[in-house]
Amino acid sequence: MKGLVTAFVGSVIEAWAELRIHRTRVLLSLVGVAVAVCALTSVVALGNIAQQATIETSERSSGRPATLYVSAYTADGSAPPTATMDKTWNEALERYSVHYASRVNQQQVSIQFIDGVSPVNATLVDQPYGTMHRVEVVRGSWFGETDATRLAPALIVNDIFWQRLGSPDLATHPTVSLVGSKPVTAVITGVIAALPYEDQPSMMMLNDSYTRLAEQLATDASYPSYPSYEMWVPPSVSAELTTRLQSDFSASLGEGATAQVNRQDYAAYGDDPFLPIKLMISGVAVLVLLLGALGLVNISLVTVRQRIQEIGIRRSFGATAARVFFAVMMESVVATVAAGVVGVMLSILIVKSPWVEDVISQGVSDIPAFPLDAALLGLAAATVVGAIAGLLPALVAVRVKVIDAIRY
Amino acid sequence: MTFLELRGVGRTVSRPDDRPLVILDGVELVVEVGDRLSIVGRSGSGKSTLLNLLGLLDSPTEGEIFLDDEPTRHFSARRRDVTRGRDVGFIFQQFNLLQGRTALENVMTPLLYDTGSAFWRRRAIASEMLDRVGLGHRLSSTPDRLSGGEQQRVAIARALVRRPRLILADEPTGALDIETGEIVMALLDEIATASDAALVTITHDPAIAALATRRFRLEKGALVDAAAPVLAHEGAPGHPFADPSGSDS
Repeated sequence: MKGLVTAFVGSVIEAWAELRIHRTRVLLSLVGVAVAVCALTSVVALGNIAQQATIETSERSSGRPATLYVSAYTADGSAPPTATMDKTWNEALERYSVHYASRVNQQQVSIQFIDGVSPVNATLVDQPYGTMHRVEVVRGSWFGETDATRLAPALIVNDIFWQRLGSPDLATHPTVSLVGSKPVTAVITGVIAALPYEDQPSMMMLNDSYTRLAEQLATDASYPSYPSYEMWVPPSVSAELTTRLQSDFSASLGEGATAQVNRQDYAAYGDDPFLPIKLMISGVAVLVLLLGALGLVNISLVTVRQRIQEIGIRRSFGATAARVFFAVMMESVVATVAAGVVGVMLSILIVKSPWVEDVISQGVSDIPAFPLDAALLGLAAATVVGAIAGLLPALVAVRVKVIDAIRY
Repeated sequence: MTFLELRGVGRTVSRPDDRPLVILDGVELVVEVGDRLSIVGRSGSGKSTLLNLLGLLDSPTEGEIFLDDEPTRHFSARRRDVTRGRDVGFIFQQFNLLQGRTALENVMTPLLYDTGSAFWRRRAIASEMLDRVGLGHRLSSTPDRLSGGEQQRVAIARALVRRPRLILADEPTGALDIETGEIVMALLDEIATASDAALVTITHDPAIAALATRRFRLEKGALVDAAAPVLAHEGAPGHPFADPSGSDS
């Protein structure tokens, strides 16, 4: 054990001394590796960011895998009675122990702004919706468990809505009047970013709050109302649950009504919709890295041939073949790890530069942070490239005949 | 006390035409602790081959080399390397210092292969050794900034820094002027004596050879007492290699 420690430390010392003495050569050979690692890390990071952004965008609109949608309609095209739907829905949630579920409905509510009354699209949801759709509240917070029982209903509005109110501080509990037969005062508790295509105020409200106040509010009767019911379940049970829910709702609604249960999240149509892009990115990254490694192998091989006498001298002073092999290998690994660190840092600078962020963030409201796995992959790749590139020179070094080498 | 012994050692290599070429034949040699041996011989007489065998860099094709009464024939490659690092110190004609490294780093090099406390104390030990050879003020000098004599002194410090039992010096004064050569040999003798190491010097120079207490000559692949009369040579270009087939090549 003691011998192993000294051998390892000794090899690293030898490798470092070698790199220090030949720093110009090493620097030149490592430029290629640093660029390759930078390219690899950047490609993977950009790919991951783009993929993550796409996933998050998908999840915001159609839920996280697996989100089951239940909808029903009668023969004349109208929605079945809400009470029947809600009862069946609640029974199903209890029966299958589903914790993340939300009714989703669209309504139009008249809002008294400072410059007049405007109709505003209201999305009526239940509290778990925020988690199910990754709703990011930029100010304030998402609905709490007790918000449904508030006398003054809580509203979460988009930033267009909020700005129209004069961008009030949420800590002051800004209110807004919902126009109706008897106006209702609502409190704005959160602000979300407007979707890229939104140019009008919109808001979210809890279903239970709305139901309680529905009769007081002036809603547009012509506005189509088709409530849907969503639940977020483990993908492994989604298929079976779909069948069971279909059967439960059909039985509950009786003849004359049709219930539909389906998955609409991004992962509904295959195992991994991002597989092609992942494969493409990986292919490019591996190619880039191979080119970097080839350059390094080339220089390392030339270098080791120039060092035959030095290797012979070391052997004459007791360096074993294994030690020489490991030391030459370590030179390559130590160097490429250093180059890897530089490459990853360069990559972070590139990927997080405002210009690149602008290019990759089109249509995405928030850019994910630089992916840690891309940085780790870059470092791991640098280490592996170092080991592989060091393998050939190390084999050459071991095959050096000591007697000839000393007289080289 | 004997620690290295060669019994009937021979070394034969194949020529390009596959005929064997005997370089050493029936060499008998005993090296005692603290011995001073010199081996002279013409160019190509097998001096370096003998040195390589003594330093466990090469193996004999005939006979046996005993180290502490143990035959080395069955030593694994690793054991030979480890034994060489621990027990043998080499001094080369061209110094063979590692270029780009300072005198201190050169002397520290053998200690990198030590597994004990010497590994961790290598800087202090190497500094002390350089001080002993009078180069305490040149620790940071690289070989290209040292004179020939200084370089050989660094090489001596490097060879002795692990306190080997055997020092193999291959033409240690070959690249030095006479005066510097004498100084270097005196230093080598002094330090070898202080560390109780045996010194085997291979040289062309009769004056250097005369410094040894036991003197040998390599002739026709055989190791003979230097005091013995010189054999008449055949004058063939290949001489003194002996051809076991008896044919005159």
